[in-house]
Amino acid sequence: MQPLKRVHSRTVVLPLTNVDTDQIIPARFLTTTTREGLGRQLFSDWRYRADGTQNADFVLNRPEARGCEVLVAGRNFGCGSSREHAPWALLDYGIRAVISTEIADIFRGNALKNGLLPVTVDESIAAWLLAHPGASVTVDLESASLALPTGVSVAFQIDAFARHCLLHGIDQLGYLRGKLPEIERYESMHASS
Amino acid sequence: MTASTLFEKVWQAHEVVPETADAPAVLYIDLHLVHEVTSPQAFSALRSLQLPVRRPDRTLATMDHSTPTLSDQVFGRVPIKVDAAAKQVRQLEQNAAEFGVELFGLKDARRGIVHVISPELGASRPGMTIVCGDSHTSTHGAFGALAFGIGSTEVGHVLATQCLLQRKPKTFAVNVEGRLTAGVTAKDLILAIIGRVGVSGGTGHVFEYRGSTIRALSMEERMTVCNMSIEAGARAGMIAPDEITFDYLKGRPRAPAGRDWDLAFERWTLLKSDADAAFDRCVDIDAAAIEPMITYGTNPGMVVPITAAIPDSAGDAVADKALGYMGFHGGDAMLGKPVNTVFIGSCTNGRLTDLQAAATVLKGRKVAAGVHLLIVPGSQQVKRDAEAAGLADIFKTAGADWRESGCSMCLGMNGDTVAAGQYSLSTSNRNFEGRQGAGARTLLASPLTAAASAVRGRITDPRELM
Repeated sequence: MQPLKRVHSRTVVLPLTNVDTDQIIPARFLTTTTREGLGRQLFSDWRYRADGTQNADFVLNRPEARGCEVLVAGRNFGCGSSREHAPWALLDYGIRAVISTEIADIFRGNALKNGLLPVTVDESIAAWLLAHPGASVTVDLESASLALPTGVSVAFQIDAFARHCLLHGIDQLGYLRGKLPEIERYESMHASS
Repeated sequence: MTASTLFEKVWQAHEVVPETADAPAVLYIDLHLVHEVTSPQAFSALRSLQLPVRRPDRTLATMDHSTPTLSDQVFGRVPIKVDAAAKQVRQLEQNAAEFGVELFGLKDARRGIVHVISPELGASRPGMTIVCGDSHTSTHGAFGALAFGIGSTEVGHVLATQCLLQRKPKTFAVNVEGRLTAGVTAKDLILAIIGRVGVSGGTGHVFEYRGSTIRALSMEERMTVCNMSIEAGARAGMIAPDEITFDYLKGRPRAPAGRDWDLAFERWTLLKSDADAAFDRCVDIDAAAIEPMITYGTNPGMVVPITAAIPDSAGDAVADKALGYMGFHGGDAMLGKPVNTVFIGSCTNGRLTDLQAAATVLKGRKVAAGVHLLIVPGSQQVKRDAEAAGLADIFKTAGADWRESGCSMCLGMNGDTVAAGQYSLSTSNRNFEGRQGAGARTLLASPLTAAASAVRGRITDPRELM
């Protein structure tokens, strides 16, 4: 995995709460056996009309959304299914950080393992971001802070271990396999369960 | 020793390495359930690293999400209609064979929805840690197990090491007291809990369902409750094991027997929260006040008693969008709204007792003209049991469509879908936009409400037909 230090980008704003993973990537696209190429189906039912044409009203289809790497959304982003296809689709599309007041547990874990930054902010920062689509922001992983174009910079909570892994491009499986002696010791002490 | 909760006891017993400020815990996983949709990428990761599945004996695979429910496709008399799904089925067959993982394949008599078959086998047991690449893994918490859904990267971690890196969640007591009234089921109870706590109220927490109402529930009902913990945002939901749990498990194929049973029983009886254990949060629910519940919007928290009206959204953009999608208006009564499709099944309500409940309403009655009632057993075992008990005949006589087991219409990826704009009254767990097919409008309710509404062709209070 490539080390990740910061994301600097304009924002695209999806002002909805409880955006679930079925919206991020509908189940009918989960019949894939790889993790690549899901960006085309990101938010499929909102991006495309029933006849397959683009829905010009949807935020990601507006010209100013092109190239935006930071998605700002309402509370409880990524709720629902555990499908890792959701962060895969966002990343494949080009989104590298998601900002909300609350991000669902499983989605957050999946995002962190793939280099998609989940950033939770308080209501006042979220309100500012929701009201200023297209703002240029910097999500700095090294300092765990979000800088707004107003000069305001706020810290965000991110698990120290996940941050360390992302900053140094460390694969968590490699770390876990380093614990195999402890795992074997545990197994020998707990033969039955 | 300080008092601890059920969750904390199970967590602590599985800490290979405890968490620190700098690193998450290494948590041991007793049972890893695998299915065809979220595992291919994990097996690919193992293959590219040339790693074996470390504990195939703690791994059980089946296929349920993308599998067809029409007999001819299941048993190979005709090709599987959804081509990509057929590929996933073949991929899991190959992966299981190559990595030595036990697989209940498409034609296996033990196949079914992963969260139905593992309890049925006696493989889900008190005090275990159980994971699966599926958020409804919380179902197994009904046995006093710590069971939760994981992503595909984590599926790879468990396959390779039998462990996960996890931060310890907080605890949340859901206290339910009193008796559920006639016509009110475990599904109504969990929908009422979600309505109260909210769809993100449980984020970062593990629920423990407690109180006299929970103690009185059967294992199947407890599974229905724990199943939808994730719909309130909780990481998992647990219920302390008791005589009802032990009676359910005894004699099941993979439950311990003889002296092993006695030893296990001794351990299991200790699995409960200490009387003075503290929870980070709690909520109190009055079971007697709960009515049959039904959702009206596009997440499971948008739920009302079936006799109530849809809340006025009062210009709230999110609520307006949900009602717009559903074609509903604030102030509308739920009773009497037309339904096009009724789905009875899923890991929430696809067990024998759910089908028995539906049969009590459907017996001697007919499905309303123009309504498609699809009844899909949660496993092949449930199917055989339902056929032996005469339930399937009741369903078919009523005009229902009776299928092979699988996730089916809970999520539109296996050929069983609801057409755009149509109303589907479903016993499944998610009413998200497009969940049952692009443009489909889903209303979640109990098997009793589903059966009653199928008979009338309109949303019907099941108490009118009981």
